[in-house]
Amino acid sequence: MIKLNVNGAEHKVDADPNMPLLWALRDVLGLTGTKFGCGMAQCGACTVHVDGEASRSCVSPIGTLEGRKITTIEGLSPDGRHPLQRAWEEVNAPQCGYCQVGQIMSAAALLREKPKPTDQEIDTALAGNLCRCGTYLRIREAVRKAAAL
Amino acid sequence: MGRREFLQLTGLGAGALILGLSPTQAHAAAGPQAFRFDLFVSLDPSGQVEIVAHRSEMGQGIKTALPMVVADEMDADFDRVRVVQALGDERYGDQNTDGSHSVRDFFEPMRKVGATARHLLVSAAAKAWGVPAEQCETAQHFVHHRATGRRLGYGELAERAAAVPAPDPATLKLKTRDQWRYIGKGRKLVDVPDIVTGRAVFGIDARIEGMLHASIERCPVVGGKPATFDREAALKVPGVRHVVELETAGLSQGMAPLGGLAVVADHTWAALQGRKALKVAWSPGAEGSYDSVAYRKELEGKATQPAKVVRNRGDVDVALGAAVKRVSALYYTPHLTHSSIEPPAALAVVRDGSCEIWACSQDPMGARKEVAKALGFPVEKVTLHVTLLGGGFGRKSKPDFILEAALLAQKVGRPVKVTWTREDEIQHGYYHSVSAQHLEAGLDGQGNTIAWRHRTVFPSIASSFDAKVEYPPNWELGLGFSDLPFDVPNLRLENAPIPPHVRIGWLRSVANIYHAFAISSFADELAHAAGADPKDYLLKLIGAPRRVDLKAEGSDNPNYDASFEVYPVDTGRLRHVIELAAKGAGWGRKLPKGRGLGIAAHRSFLSYVAVVAEVSVDAKGAARLEEAHIAFDCGTFVNRDTVVTQAQGAVVFALSGALLGKITAKGGAVEQSNFHDYPLARITDTPRNIHVHLVESEAPPAGVGEPGVPPVAPAVANAIFAATGERRRELPLERRPPA
Repeated sequence: MIKLNVNGAEHKVDADPNMPLLWALRDVLGLTGTKFGCGMAQCGACTVHVDGEASRSCVSPIGTLEGRKITTIEGLSPDGRHPLQRAWEEVNAPQCGYCQVGQIMSAAALLREKPKPTDQEIDTALAGNLCRCGTYLRIREAVRKAAAL
Repeated sequence: MGRREFLQLTGLGAGALILGLSPTQAHAAAGPQAFRFDLFVSLDPSGQVEIVAHRSEMGQGIKTALPMVVADEMDADFDRVRVVQALGDERYGDQNTDGSHSVRDFFEPMRKVGATARHLLVSAAAKAWGVPAEQCETAQHFVHHRATGRRLGYGELAERAAAVPAPDPATLKLKTRDQWRYIGKGRKLVDVPDIVTGRAVFGIDARIEGMLHASIERCPVVGGKPATFDREAALKVPGVRHVVELETAGLSQGMAPLGGLAVVADHTWAALQGRKALKVAWSPGAEGSYDSVAYRKELEGKATQPAKVVRNRGDVDVALGAAVKRVSALYYTPHLTHSSIEPPAALAVVRDGSCEIWACSQDPMGARKEVAKALGFPVEKVTLHVTLLGGGFGRKSKPDFILEAALLAQKVGRPVKVTWTREDEIQHGYYHSVSAQHLEAGLDGQGNTIAWRHRTVFPSIASSFDAKVEYPPNWELGLGFSDLPFDVPNLRLENAPIPPHVRIGWLRSVANIYHAFAISSFADELAHAAGADPKDYLLKLIGAPRRVDLKAEGSDNPNYDASFEVYPVDTGRLRHVIELAAKGAGWGRKLPKGRGLGIAAHRSFLSYVAVVAEVSVDAKGAARLEEAHIAFDCGTFVNRDTVVTQAQGAVVFALSGALLGKITAKGGAVEQSNFHDYPLARITDTPRNIHVHLVESEAPPAGVGEPGVPPVAPAVANAIFAATGERRRELPLERRPPA
């Protein structure tokens, strides 16, 4: 039995300690906001925060996460009005929307560390998050906007 | 007039409506007093309008655009509109969301749906007030009687409007363009609030009580079968419940799943571990000798030999003989795969002789029929809920992954969700076709192109459905090849046959990608041979503004199933986008060393697009897109912001194929497996700016999702040439040692 702290709540997960956090979130806890894209930390769709740092949940075994604080998109803000979520809406950033949660989680970790990032810093922080629709221009705009909120 | 008759007259097709049936649960929940104009619109007494989106949403914005059209003609306040996704059901008319024709086909019908709703509301208000309907006006969810200053809200009128007989569509008055409130303006996509909070449900997110998760180990070679495998070892993995052998399908079996060994488990992770434990040894079968290097030689060999004539003007051989200068070039483009970030995924429940499915399907009706056939059920017993699609790009038109879920659910007697891994998606796809193309042209003493011969060779999408197909059908040759708009006196277009070795499918813009690459690259080569400016020379090749008559030259080009009268090949519009993009980019300006501008233009899906790319090339030959200008003429458009973002997105999407990715095969197996060896464009590959120059047009609506892609790769290739003098004739555009 693995104890996981997700979005401030304790969960007991009866699963193989090698199970990546992604599948524990999606298939065991029913938190489907975190997405599967590649399974090997290549696309960033599964990004969550572990103790405030952006982390690829598809390669994070749950056995290594006991006692750590995990935040998913469902817990990013209590009302879904995090500055990044507002900015994302304001600039109409998504197309299909699938990768956007991962983008927002990576951007949120960036803003915590660097509240006023340069364009270069935005690109570096989000370089691990793929968007096949190609919404990167709007993503940059949204991060800049959120930094200004 | 009955509503069935009404819908037939508005062009939604026979059987588009069956009276009194609720298409969605939301409709049923609206209650008996709810007023439904037809299958697409309902209004309840609170004033809540519900509009049904019957086409699949994959980021192209259709779930927002068509409801905007209805709301506009209805004079409904869009902030009081809830958009509901339709089930897969033929009563809505065509739902197959591909080929960039959703707005083209449904713009006028949806205007009529909205106008009908408006008519019923006005009639109800006029009756309530005892005044002639002509004295009533509508605005933003109200009917007004100006003379007396009275007004009634749409919600207040809902019940009374339900009693008004449907109007004769011929008498419907549609708005004039200047009266449009939403059409042509920008609007945020309706799902954005759900997307940014993680609440949006994609196919992979579907869940139901008691469901199991499946992952399928497939033979690396199409048509191969398992020789040996360790079922017991897989079943020993904690959480694994079943190992199910699925029937193998080879090439040319259409939508049939490839087969393989499905591991069905309590969660995805267990299923993935179970797959590893199977330790399958495969018998690869007939395609086990496929090698993409050898196949390339075969394609290129055919491209350099005379082939079947698809279109002819004048006498190319005589003109080539008379030419002062002859130029020839061979172009090659590899297979690509779609790689939507959401892989194929579907959930199926089979019980009591019926099947219910949740899936990210581009073609819900097609999927429903295939599932019914596979399960042996009548089609009415299959219910298909269309989720949001986490990207589609043509891959999710094929229901093979939905069939897998349905077959497994039937077999194990519990709900099953099938999730493809990235490796599955890259190695078992319906690939964008590989191509080899040879072009030869002759120039006269003044540098005019007097002869143009183009041969294209590629395995056809039709071969995925019929093993006998070796020649692509007319519609496929019509994608940027047989519709060449150039004004060259002697022209011959040829096509050679080739069998496939993998399944071929549609990928955003389809054959236009490789045809535009070769044609626009070769136009640039001719400009340099003639010592002319590439943009000026491209305009010269296109010639004067006119309508190109393809039929007169023997081409049976279906023009994307549209009439040439309404959607001609109009060189004036093509010229216009070239001028716009060139002007925006400051064509002709001096650039620093290692930088260049390249231009390309292409008509596809009845839209006209030109791209100017500014590219830098580093010492190692790596190219980077620094800035792009894309001029876009799609005729009348609905959501301005969507056209802008689709154009920008198309540039980034195309950049992956232009600079990064390729699918190759050895021993019949695809060599790439994930994003480390099939890279996609990242934010760091994306220019600071992609300027969109959108043409304001009253021409009929044409494609938006796909036409931005084809001109990108050749514009980048031409820019690389401008920067370095190095001509790259192969995608992706890497520096290669000289042959």
